[in-house]
Amino acid sequence: MSEGAADEVARALADALAEQRLRIVASLIRTTGDWDLAEDVVSDAAERALLTWPRDGVPANPAAWLTATARRRAIDVLRRAQVERGKLAEVAVIEELSDDYTDPSPMGDDRLRLVFTCCHPALALEARVALTLKVVSGLSTEAIGRAFLTSEATMGQRLLRAKNKITHAGIPYRVPTDDLAERVDGVLAVVYLVFTEGYATSARSLADEAIRLGRLLVMLLPDSDETRALLALMLLQHARRDAREVDGERVTLEHQDRSRWHRDEIDEGAALLRHRWTVRGPYGVQADIAAAHATAPSAAETDWPAIVALYDELLDIAPSPVIALNRAVAVGMSDGALAGLAALESAAEDSRLAGHYLVAAARGDLLSRAGLHEEALIALEQAIELAPTEQERRQLEQRAAELRGS
Amino acid sequence: MKYMMLIVSDPDAADRPSDPAVDPVEDWVAKHDGSGKRLDGQRLRPPESATTIRRRGGELLITDGPFTETREWIAGFDILECDDLDEAIAIASTHPMSAAGTIEVRPFWPYEG
Repeated sequence: MSEGAADEVARALADALAEQRLRIVASLIRTTGDWDLAEDVVSDAAERALLTWPRDGVPANPAAWLTATARRRAIDVLRRAQVERGKLAEVAVIEELSDDYTDPSPMGDDRLRLVFTCCHPALALEARVALTLKVVSGLSTEAIGRAFLTSEATMGQRLLRAKNKITHAGIPYRVPTDDLAERVDGVLAVVYLVFTEGYATSARSLADEAIRLGRLLVMLLPDSDETRALLALMLLQHARRDAREVDGERVTLEHQDRSRWHRDEIDEGAALLRHRWTVRGPYGVQADIAAAHATAPSAAETDWPAIVALYDELLDIAPSPVIALNRAVAVGMSDGALAGLAALESAAEDSRLAGHYLVAAARGDLLSRAGLHEEALIALEQAIELAPTEQERRQLEQRAAELRGS
Repeated sequence: MKYMMLIVSDPDAADRPSDPAVDPVEDWVAKHDGSGKRLDGQRLRPPESATTIRRRGGELLITDGPFTETREWIAGFDILECDDLDEAIAIASTHPMSAAGTIEVRPFWPYEG
């Protein structure tokens, strides 16, 4: 076989898996209740494709071929288990598998059932994240372990425990009806956690997976405003990835080279936000804040009063001392350094911010912009002392040095 | 599926405001006995009435008190017959002790017959 033909097979298989893997797995879990079987037969079908497609040619409809092969394989496995255990319980399952199943409504989509089950609140948060990445995204156990800085064996254990709990505790394979909004929030939290983990560890593949999950959810839950807002938020934040770090050092938003931002992703995020909202939630407001930054030509030309108003809205919906701190920084840009300082001191009254280096760092910035250089230095030195990581300390020291030089 | 609801007392419960989302216990029992979802259940007398039994090294040890000294203790149980965990959670979440204490829901583990 020529190299070109091998490439063609590999590409056709990758496309077919991207299109169909999740559908096959989700529908097999529903019919068989066996998570491992569902994942295994799809892997088997992919292996079989690699053997037969180079010889017989890529089938006219590779996705349909994969589905049929995986289903046949599932029927074989179940039949064999039936013979071995002398059980007839699977007959109904096999009959259902042999029929072609099509589901009319999006809420009846097996992929959505699968997502809600993986993100069920009766599972530990880390198990929800691992299971979603494994079964919905189709990442390998090894890759998930690597992303979360743990071994393949530990991650395998975590996945096994989660699947056992689903089976033993009777977690249903269903799209919830009574508490749908709350459960959607739970799913979005898992996706955003995957995204922020990718941010924190610079594991871009995780951020990409989170965005892929976001797109899937927007398609499956077209009426959910917060789902749409989360996808926009992730796109707008991810668009800045190439400007966030220069020579291994973090660059703050203010100093980022905006020509390195990914315009297409910003446009896509902003377009998602041009929408008639029925629900205004925390992701919607955060996405609007991210959009205000992403569409501004420079830090100085940013619509800071609008950002302050958005922070006020966010504090109303989801009060948090860190948001109050960010708001104070925005007030400093919008109404001047002294107004920012006043807002900062009132935010800093929250005991949860006590001893937080970000308060001291923000105070230092605002004081220096107010021209109070000596006071600014004292605040920066305090921030340096409190900084949790070497990198943050280095950055603060650099700012202090600039201040001494000025 | 059968589930056991373990009703766990909370010594700090008195400090919390009451929660309108839960039903009085008589109503809760009547509702779920009526629907056939609650198969059985009882209050249990507090730990000072407990007796703990162990066989160790061929010897029978009988001691006064619960098997473990904690501030929380099992105050009762209910046995539910539910379609799935979501239904068990929905039923447990309106029991008054979900607000005044803690409820642990555990699936039965039947012997394979």
